[in-house]
This record gives sequence, structure tokens and C-alpha cells, in this order.
Amino acid sequence: MREKVKDINELKKIASQVRRDVLHMVFNASSGHPGGSLGCADFMTALYFRVMTQKDEFHMDAKDEDVFIMSNGHISPVLYSVLARKGYFPIEELSTFRKLNSRLQGHPTTHEGLPGIRTATGSLGQGFSVGVGMAVAKKMDKDPGFVFVSTGDGELQEGQIWEAAMFAPFHKLDNLIVTVDWNGQQIDGSNDHVLSLGDLEGKWRSFGWRVVVTDGNDMESIVGALENAKKHVGTEIPTVILMRTNMGYGVDYMMGTHAWHGKAPNKEQLDKGLLQLGTADNDFVFDENYSAPIPKH
Amino acid sequence: MNINDIVSTGKKATRDGFGEGLHEAGKRNDQVVALCADLLGSLKMEAFIEDFPDRFVQMGIAEANMMGVAAGLATAGKIPFTGTFANFSTGRVYDQIRQSIAYSGKNVKICASHAGLTLGEDGATHQILEDIGMMRMLPGMTVICPIDANQTKNAVLALLDHEGPAYLRFGRPDWPVFTGADEPFVIGKAQILGSGTDVSIMATGLMVWNAVEAAKELEAQGISCDVISIPTIKPLDEAAIVASLARTGCVVTVEEHQINGGLGDAVAHVAAKNTACPMEFVAVKDSFGESGKPMDLLKKYGLDVPDIVNAALKVIKRK
Repeated sequence: MREKVKDINELKKIASQVRRDVLHMVFNASSGHPGGSLGCADFMTALYFRVMTQKDEFHMDAKDEDVFIMSNGHISPVLYSVLARKGYFPIEELSTFRKLNSRLQGHPTTHEGLPGIRTATGSLGQGFSVGVGMAVAKKMDKDPGFVFVSTGDGELQEGQIWEAAMFAPFHKLDNLIVTVDWNGQQIDGSNDHVLSLGDLEGKWRSFGWRVVVTDGNDMESIVGALENAKKHVGTEIPTVILMRTNMGYGVDYMMGTHAWHGKAPNKEQLDKGLLQLGTADNDFVFDENYSAPIPKH
Repeated sequence: MNINDIVSTGKKATRDGFGEGLHEAGKRNDQVVALCADLLGSLKMEAFIEDFPDRFVQMGIAEANMMGVAAGLATAGKIPFTGTFANFSTGRVYDQIRQSIAYSGKNVKICASHAGLTLGEDGATHQILEDIGMMRMLPGMTVICPIDANQTKNAVLALLDHEGPAYLRFGRPDWPVFTGADEPFVIGKAQILGSGTDVSIMATGLMVWNAVEAAKELEAQGISCDVISIPTIKPLDEAAIVASLARTGCVVTVEEHQINGGLGDAVAHVAAKNTACPMEFVAVKDSFGESGKPMDLLKKYGLDVPDIVNAALKVIKRK
């Protein structure tokens, strides 16, 4: 099993490194989604470096281990960063993000065989159902592993989300932990401007979920919420964690606005952002000629 | 092979064949899981559910979630078979199939009943005639449209041993049975039901029986028919098609589907690449269906035996 990091300060340092990766990747690709990726860097670091039980080798079926599905696939940079930093593939491969012949597609996919990815996501609302299916399989097999699914908040406007939300409590999937990146922003503006989510806590509760609201940009809170959710196995009730996050967290000019949902920084903006994100000891060096082998499929 | 040797041994719905195949698949492999969106009686899933209640998942009327859950089950190593009407198995959930199943390369068997006009009285809302086209466009998707109840059962068992996403299309009405009960189904293989030299008649699904009947009439008029059953539309048995066209030099395709996107298009593509020849298409001519009895609908929308006979006579004249 892969090692878990206990120390909160150590986790915070990793999250800063992940944020730096995100900025580098999006800058190098001149495209991508930095806002949500930065906002979820703390959560993703907590999940992969502290909370999830992961086997050393990647196995698609995830037997007897925890599994994560990123339903909001557009924040792929943060997923690729934690996977690389966790050793699923070489850190240098982050250079290939969104480039031709890369395993790091704009949105996550199994199609190019990237270790750590179990389904394609990007068309919103679908990864949640896939995670539900994996949770059902684990129940059938009496597998002790948990299934974590992340969704965006705007993503909750998709009807399929509520099909899955109705299904999971009815089938007592207490091995399923869903997180919502509740930053209040989406492409065309704030949730409230585009299509209000209304009483989000009440909606999930009425569907039969245990609802937890936490600060998604506070490492201690998010670790606590995730680890506590695992303790509720046996209650026959799935947990949803509504994470109050700030889109673009850690880079001041990207925060509190939807402007950086899907836009890359220029060189000056990159440097300004990196300056705000601590030390640079372990940054990956962008190599435009780096190309990872693409498995035949 | 003489077309007059093809005889029906009775009538049975292809969905009954599906139910039997699913039950048998469940017995053979304990990783088989069946999912249904509130239509288990229509899909004839009762026998499977009775013997394997823990491997059945009732999804409710939520087909998008069903496709995703099936993809998740497949990811975990299960072999999921989804069951609902063809309309709700394809068009309603196309993007879910595209991203979560086809692009993600998941071993999900999408099993679709009540396809086409022969669904009957429910009308056009349920009579999907575009599903073959949608499914065969997806990279990596296997598309099978069996020709009778026995073959539907055997196709389910073939899919059990096949790794990868697949679409299995079958129907509602009782229909002549004329393949063997234990005739193994080979994915990707067409079958010559009767060989001849004047005209090829290539059909899929329930329309293979109509093609057989039409060929019998044509043979009685002294016209030699090459009747090819094509239950696997993807991957298509191109060699069998090319060989038949070489024998006859013209072809009629027959399918319970829109004229666009289905078997006719697939055969035309093969013909254009290899041996371009006159073609006629017996299919629904770019329109929706309507309520009515299956046989009346086939007549009204031009899929009846005389329509095939006329198309054959016409295409021979164009040679």
C-alpha cells in the first residue's frame, strides 16, 4: 500500500507544490482550467496523500483499495499533479498536458492508458454514476474499499446527478463519499446568476444523504471531514461533503471570480502566481520534447 | 443451400430469447450482473432475478444513471447487461454510452428490446429507428441485431465471452424461429441462407425472415436469390458481402430501421469500396412510425414481403 502523510503541515506543502504544478501545466498548454484546480488542490492532496488507501500498483478494478472518480473532469490538472506526485507516472510527463500524443488529455480518460484513471469524465454528471457503480460492485464483493467521487457545483445542474443521488441512499451505499466543489462559480458567472442551486444542503438531505459542510481550503477541516466520513461505514447512509472552496485559491488575482475557470495565465501572470505559492524546490521542468509512450489500444 | 429449406419451427419473441440467454449467462459466470430500468417483465429478466437476486440491480426509471452504474460495475470487473427498450437504451443516453462506456472501453452489454416498428401500438415515441446508426458510429462498439429468438439467446452467450462494449438489439413481437436452439453465434459473421446468382438480399434482425419469404417467392418466379443474414452490423462481415455481390452484381438491403445510418448504409459503403453495383434499400424512408399492429405497420412503411420482392425485381432491371 502507498504511504500516507500524517502531518498537516507536510500536506499543506504538498498542496502548494500541486498548485505550482497546475499553474505550470496550464501555462505550458496555453489552455486548461486553473480556477477549479487550485480551489481543489487542498482536497485532492488530502485525499491522495492522507485519506485514500491505495495499492502500489495501479489496477483498474481497484479491488480491496479505495478509488477516486473525478466527475468534474475539467479540473484534470490537479488530478494529474497528485497522481504524478504520488508516483502513478513520471512527474516529467506533466509537460505533455493537452499536447498531441499525450496520455494527459484535456479531460481525464482511460483511452490512452494513464495509470490512476478509471473512466473518462468531462461531459458532466457522468462520473458520479460510474462511482456509484463501483460502490455497488464493492458491496456485492464485500470489498472494504471506499469510493470517492468529486463533482463541481455547477455540475449539479445536470439531471443525471440526481438520478444517482436518489439511487445511492436507497441502495445503502455507505461506502460512497461524494464531495462538491462549492465555489459558487461556473463558466457564465455565479451559480446564483446562472441557475441557483437553491437549498443545496436541504436537497441532498431530502435525497437521503448525510450532509457535511466544510472549508475545502483548510487542510485540517478537509482531512477531518474525509476521515470522519469513512467512519460512517455501517450506517447504510452515503455521505456528501459540501466543500466551501475559493476558485483560484492561493493565487490572489484568480480568486473570487469565474474569469479563471478555463483560461491560462501569461508568463507574467504565471510568475506572479508562483511567487505567491511558496518554494520552488520540486517544480517539474517543462520539456517540450518529453513524450511518454502511448500504449496501443 | 436452398432457401426453401429454411422453415420456421414456431413463433417466439426475440426478447424471450434474451431472457433465456441472460439466465444461462448468469449460470455460467458469477460476475454477470443484470440491470433494468423498470421494465424487467418486458425484458423477460424474471428467471435471472429468481436465481440470482443479488446480482440484479433495479435502477428505476433512470437510464442515464443505469449506463454509468453499468460502466462502474464493469470497471470493478463485473459483466453488466443493461436492459430497457431500445429507445431508452440509445438515443436517450447517447452521451453516457459515448463517454462512460465506449470511450472508456468498458465491458458493458447494452441489451435493447422493443426496437423498431414492430413494437406496435405504443407508437413513434417508442419505435426507435435510428439506434443501429447511432451505435455503429461509436468507435469500438459491437452491434448485433439477431434474427430470431434462438439466435438472440446464443448472441447473449457469445457476448458473455466477448470483452468490450456491445449493443444487442431485439424486439417485442412473436416471430418465426428458424435457427437452431444451440447454434453457436459467431460475432462478426454473416450467414448464407440460400445461394443464388440474380440478386443478393441482405437483411438483419426480424427482417431476415421477411427476406427469406421474399426469396421463396422470387425463386418461384425463377429468380435466383443470394440471401445473406447479417446479424452483426459491426464489425461487418465485409468478405461475405463482397463475395455475394460478386455472385449477383446487385443487392437489396432489408432492415427495420431508418434508411439512413443502418445496414443499407453499411453495405453500400462496402459495395462502393469494392464492387459498386445497383442497390435498393428496404427500410423506413426517413419518417417516424405510428401506432398500429406490427404487421400493418410493416406493410404501411414498406417493409413487407412484397416490398422486398418489388425491390429485387427493380434492382435486377438496373443491372
